[in-house]
Amino acid sequence: MSLFDLRLSELHNRLTTKQLSVAELVDASLSRIAETDVKIGAFLTLNEENARKAASELDAELASGGEKGLLFGIPAGIKDNIVTEGLRTTCGSKFLENYDPIYDATVMKKLRAAQSITVGKLNMDEFAMGGSNENSAYHPVRNPWALDRVPGGSSGGSAAAVAARQAYFTLGSDTGGSIRQPAAYCGVVGLKPTYGLVSRFGLVAFASSLDQIGPITKNVEDSAYVLQAIAGHDERDSTSANVDIPDYLSALTGDVKGLKIGVPREYMGKGIDPQVKERVLEALKVFESMGAHWEEISLPHTDYAVATYYLLASSEASSNLARFDGVRYGVRASNPDNLLDMYRRSRSEGFGPEVKRRIMLGTYALSSGYYDAYYKKAQQVRTLIKRDFDQAFEKYDLIIGPTAPTPAFKIGEQVGDPLTMYLNDICTIPVSLAGVPAISIPCGTADGLPVGLQIIGKHFDEATVLRAAHAFESQTGFHNLRPALS
Amino acid sequence: MANSKYETVVGLEVHVELHTKSKIFCGCSTSFGAPPNTHTCPVCLGHPGVLPVLNRQAVEYAMKAAMAINCEIAEWCKFDRKNYFYPDSPKAYQISQYDQPIGQNGWIDIEVNGKTKRIGITRLHLEEDAGKLTHIDGGLGSLADFNRVGTPLVEIVSEPDIRSPEEAKAYLEKLRAIMLYCDVSDVKMEEGSMRCDANISIRPFGQEKFGTRAELKNMNSFRGVQRGLEYEELRQADILDGGGQVVQETRRWDENQGKTFSMRSKEEAHDYRYFPDPDLVRLRIDDEWKARVRASIPELPDARQARYISEYGLSSYDAGVLTASMKLANFFEESLKFTTDAKASANWIMGDLLGYLNANNFELEDAKITGQGLGELIQLIEKGTISTKIAKTVFKGIVETGKSPAQIVEEQGLVQISDEGAIVAVVDAVIAANPQSVEDFRGGKDKAIGFLVGQIMKETKGKANPGLVNKLLMERLKG
Repeated sequence: MSLFDLRLSELHNRLTTKQLSVAELVDASLSRIAETDVKIGAFLTLNEENARKAASELDAELASGGEKGLLFGIPAGIKDNIVTEGLRTTCGSKFLENYDPIYDATVMKKLRAAQSITVGKLNMDEFAMGGSNENSAYHPVRNPWALDRVPGGSSGGSAAAVAARQAYFTLGSDTGGSIRQPAAYCGVVGLKPTYGLVSRFGLVAFASSLDQIGPITKNVEDSAYVLQAIAGHDERDSTSANVDIPDYLSALTGDVKGLKIGVPREYMGKGIDPQVKERVLEALKVFESMGAHWEEISLPHTDYAVATYYLLASSEASSNLARFDGVRYGVRASNPDNLLDMYRRSRSEGFGPEVKRRIMLGTYALSSGYYDAYYKKAQQVRTLIKRDFDQAFEKYDLIIGPTAPTPAFKIGEQVGDPLTMYLNDICTIPVSLAGVPAISIPCGTADGLPVGLQIIGKHFDEATVLRAAHAFESQTGFHNLRPALS
Repeated sequence: MANSKYETVVGLEVHVELHTKSKIFCGCSTSFGAPPNTHTCPVCLGHPGVLPVLNRQAVEYAMKAAMAINCEIAEWCKFDRKNYFYPDSPKAYQISQYDQPIGQNGWIDIEVNGKTKRIGITRLHLEEDAGKLTHIDGGLGSLADFNRVGTPLVEIVSEPDIRSPEEAKAYLEKLRAIMLYCDVSDVKMEEGSMRCDANISIRPFGQEKFGTRAELKNMNSFRGVQRGLEYEELRQADILDGGGQVVQETRRWDENQGKTFSMRSKEEAHDYRYFPDPDLVRLRIDDEWKARVRASIPELPDARQARYISEYGLSSYDAGVLTASMKLANFFEESLKFTTDAKASANWIMGDLLGYLNANNFELEDAKITGQGLGELIQLIEKGTISTKIAKTVFKGIVETGKSPAQIVEEQGLVQISDEGAIVAVVDAVIAANPQSVEDFRGGKDKAIGFLVGQIMKETKGKANPGLVNKLLMERLKG
């Protein structure tokens, strides 16, 4: 049992009673990374020196006493598309292989205020485009449960690092499922908050109208702690919501009696692995046994979600990634003939194939003459998809289904088939388009691989999502399953 | 135009930099002339992960400008991305307003050859400025200065209502005056805080359909706009006269060569792929906000001109010149606190003051005279303390030193001599010294009187009251 299997409150207790120092805790993280990351590949950059320095400062602070927050001294890993001042931030791309940010993301400022310690930056699909981490320009991440399998993506490093106990918690980002799907594949808890709950300032934009930062943790309680630390209005993000942030921990009552749950038939039909479906049905029985009610519902526009998403997200991405032009930072092609040549070669050399594919797709969708048929139409369909959720939430408190149609697939299995790869997100994409919060929690295994249960809530009702997720994991203990990684 | 077969049709796109303290989407200063890249931050440099936050002051200035040119103000507007690659644009898109501008359907009146004409304004929208590139000689590379990136701009698009280069110039001058009155911009074409592109086409008189247009860029002064359009209407007329067809294209005005050159054809035009900026929320402008901004707009040039005509009896032309610049109009009104002779003040301003400014290539603030100084000067003339002639000397003293008229009169001993005894003494001396002239006068040569007066004024250093000199000289000569 590793230190990182302890509950956060227990770790905190050991720190404040001097049974454990922050230095020891950080060392445990760094040693574990040193020992396991050759196999996993979750980290792109280590922050070892700074982390040890911060640890000794916090230990000095501990000695002087005083109240400490629960994240005090806790080692965290940060997805590499969240900018960290002075700490290399590559977004998993060759384009930014030499990029050291000149400012901190708002979530980093918040974590600093909470006094957690950043041990390193986590691998990901390049610019968060992908669902398997095979699109990292550096190296793939391997699933700690089965090293020949993908950890999911795009926050594959963030999920694998928690599953492998390399960091106590991590931050990921979710645009169409990039927190939830890897959390499901790696048997950990991944929360995508409501769009607007967590500041996007300092999150390198993929699709601005969809991107959200969220925590990946071993259990729901930790998820609530981390969310508490990073949520809240930010005047530097115009799309961040000015809403009151509740005390998420106090929502974890264990009581789900009378909760009304809708289960979309579209998430349980075609393409869903029978074992995954079975785990979800078993999970619903657990909820029933705790006094909640569920029934089948329909989210009729689900079929259009993937197409809608790939038009909108790619359109936004084509514009968001235009700033990577070789002029001010990142890769610049050597000895260009002229300006156009510099642009073309810098971008051709700097971006990988999936990123190029989406830039082209988005550029096409926004082009004069195609805008109405693609971008505008997709916006209209997005409105219909949102309406599906609004209508369902008039009758139900939560919507539950699988996070992904299958457990983790094998590395290389879907590389040549982007369309199949895109369909892995069929259950998470509609949620992103609607902007509502959802969590993926472990609900058992299929052939020894973790299966994720997705619990979806109303706008800004993370409290109910966390309450149901917490009640379920307390009842089942699936979150205690851990990979046999030596 | 020189060729009278064709009618010229012009529409102008004018960019005006708003002089807010900080940039439109970040907190950096907008001040002009700082060392390169010192007024920058991750946001305006377009670093990965940054987000724009709209500056409310920029919105208010844009509203103010739009209201002053009689636009309807949108209740809702949004911001869009205009995508293009160029090193002066750090994000590789400009945040602008595509289909929901702040202002629409406005107009301004211009006066050309004594006739008033209304020019329609299609729209006014808010956007961000780009940086500045300096190209190193020899093709070694280019230097980018991002200080200007993110300075708020309004783009004002006119209807194709302008029919000549003179009208275009008058339109720009009027627009400039209105922006100055509203105090939203410095509107200096030389510093780039006002920039103008022009769409120009020609068509045979009587034809309803517009001709094919060319878009002119790089005109850096009012004069440049006028000259560029003059060149272009002749170029297009030559093409049509030769049986050819004007090509739709963007052309660059070359000030030194006095010609326009093709930059790119319609086929090479950019597809900007506009779409709503997902980083910004829609902007609501409610009635209360509109009312508050409207109340901050001062009396504008047209209204002021009308008032000068009715209140002070000035001619339309004089009132027009005085109100073309708010600074000048304020100067004029300041002078009237010290004299009631509005016409005299107007004459001094339009003659001596503007002459002085033009001769020295000065702005009004470069001259040391104030409205009060001019008013007091006129007062001294009214009281008879100095003559109109001496007043010219005093005026010169004021504009150059900033001293009060009274002080200059005293220091230089310029008080008019109105003491009959003193003047008589000089008159007698001059008569005694010039017997030939006296003889000529008495012999019927009236011209001789002018010489004698001149001698008297010379003796008194111009200070003798001219009326008295004439009267006393005549009495002596006839007596």
